[in-house]
Amino acid sequence: MAVRLLQGSDALAEAAVTAGCRFFTGYPMLPFTGLLESMARRMPEVGGVCMNAASEIEAVNMTIGAAAAGARAGTGSCGQGIALMQEAVAEAALNEVPFVLFNMARGQQDYFQCTRGGGWGDYRTITLAPKDVGEAVEHTQLLFHLADTYRAPVILLGDYLIADTNMSVDVSPREYGPLPPKDWALDGSTGGTGRSRQIWSWDIGKANNPGRGPEGQWRHIADKFAAVAEAEQRHESFMVEDAEYLVVSWGTSGPFVDYVVEELRAEGVRIGSFRPISLWPFPEAALAEAAAGARRVLVYELNAGQMLDDVRLSVADRSKIRFVGGVSIDYSGMRQGDLLEVPAIRAAVRRVIDEGD
Amino acid sequence: MTHVPTGAPPAAPATKVADFGAPLLLSEEHHLCPGCGHPVAWRLLCEVMTELALADRAVGVIGHGCYTQAAVLTDLEWLQCLHGRAPAVATGVKRVHPDVAVFTLQGDGDMASEGLHELLHAAGRAEPITCIMLNNGVFGDTGGQMTATTVVGQRTKTSLEGRDPASHGFPIPVADLVRTLPGTAYVARGAVNNAGSVAQTKKFLRRAFELQMQGAGFTFVEILTMCPTGWFIPTAEGPGYVATVFEETFPVGQHESGARR
Repeated sequence: MAVRLLQGSDALAEAAVTAGCRFFTGYPMLPFTGLLESMARRMPEVGGVCMNAASEIEAVNMTIGAAAAGARAGTGSCGQGIALMQEAVAEAALNEVPFVLFNMARGQQDYFQCTRGGGWGDYRTITLAPKDVGEAVEHTQLLFHLADTYRAPVILLGDYLIADTNMSVDVSPREYGPLPPKDWALDGSTGGTGRSRQIWSWDIGKANNPGRGPEGQWRHIADKFAAVAEAEQRHESFMVEDAEYLVVSWGTSGPFVDYVVEELRAEGVRIGSFRPISLWPFPEAALAEAAAGARRVLVYELNAGQMLDDVRLSVADRSKIRFVGGVSIDYSGMRQGDLLEVPAIRAAVRRVIDEGD
Repeated sequence: MTHVPTGAPPAAPATKVADFGAPLLLSEEHHLCPGCGHPVAWRLLCEVMTELALADRAVGVIGHGCYTQAAVLTDLEWLQCLHGRAPAVATGVKRVHPDVAVFTLQGDGDMASEGLHELLHAAGRAEPITCIMLNNGVFGDTGGQMTATTVVGQRTKTSLEGRDPASHGFPIPVADLVRTLPGTAYVARGAVNNAGSVAQTKKFLRRAFELQMQGAGFTFVEILTMCPTGWFIPTAEGPGYVATVFEETFPVGQHESGARR
């Protein structure tokens, strides 16, 4: 154990360094800026490179280059900047270039952006949403492993509560087992050998060694993500065994919801909570099971109802579902607003309980 | 004059007196149009890679256009990337493998229209890569529409009466623009419309890669090529059009600033 008191952005940087990240780039935008600054300090110290990109588009394409050359690489922004990166995220999913994308989001507006994506093609992005800095450190290391396991871009969806909170965290390296060799990575060495490498989202291949072609490649990608969807579902549940009411939330909202659940339990309400840790793949089966015995499934998130779609797809009886979240952002446009307060969550949950029916 | 009898099969098979094939070529079949200048540029690239002994320590980053098939036909490592973004992608490759020759191959649509931002910032950073722009003044792959380098008066599918500055503005002389940036170690503009220009362009490419491998800074080679199907002129007149019209807007030459890093 190597426990250190760190600000979230610095903790993520340490986790990335520990995971072997040696190329990072980005364009400043809060609340991502702290991670970029921290990586600009740390990368040279460990023999890595951190670049000041001239745009988010340049950043993500530099990252593709570094990752295609075999480096563990990362970039990020907040959702507004990641909107600009969508084309390249899709491209990396289709040409199988792995990297970690840090979405240090402004509030909880980016669930759709991360889990559905805005690029083209049959691609998905593994998205982990930590509840606090400690979990974010763990997720960062895991995501570098998952990216290399599946040769795919993956996303850490944090926010200012992750970026700006100081917390004692364990930054020691974590072991996730062996990885396939990066024999696909470009280093120039196969030129002129008759078996030169090529990375291309259409996988055309070489005249003397044809690839899968677009149809074959895109079927391969679809099959891969179908397998990921089965293998990589993660969740956490709290007091769900006898729960009459189940509150579903994600990311840093989770601890606030759990606080309300504990308060209401003390008042005799049979209530529990469920938190998808992987937003994609969404833990459908686990939620279906947790919701099976509940009278009401309450969805809490600080947007107009984005995870709500995945809850509707997972819970067999949709008539149980009530949305108790809403759009909530503070005056800066960066931080969750008043609806994240415990009394507000408690009141919204209480309203559903008191409705009876 | 030797008399060759043609009334019967030859007594002995023909003998090859010289190999005119290009190095690093995996197939001699390609989809480019007769009269297109791109295959000549490919060949020059292959020759320079071979002569500088860079073939097994080079990574090419290639954009979207007719020329993209170079990634299939040549025995080099290629990373096909998004339209316009090759200089950014090449930067990532170069920073991971500083000893490898990293270059981009792009068209004028890819580089000057879609991706000027990435190009100029790579030059500004004095990134030790070589960016190559095949400039025919049209989006050839999509059938001959106007790009940022279409010359004044040039007819395209989207400027049927010719590029008119009053409504279309002016072409961007990319090599001249790149030359003004302090991170640029070498900039050249060549052509492939006659034997002399082909030989000269090869020298430009060679010098660019030599300077890249010395770590001098950003290097850039623009190559004027013909697009027989995208231009509204007979194919045979293409090379002459480059010489008389293109080169007036885009003069051929080179400029070396020396080490910038």
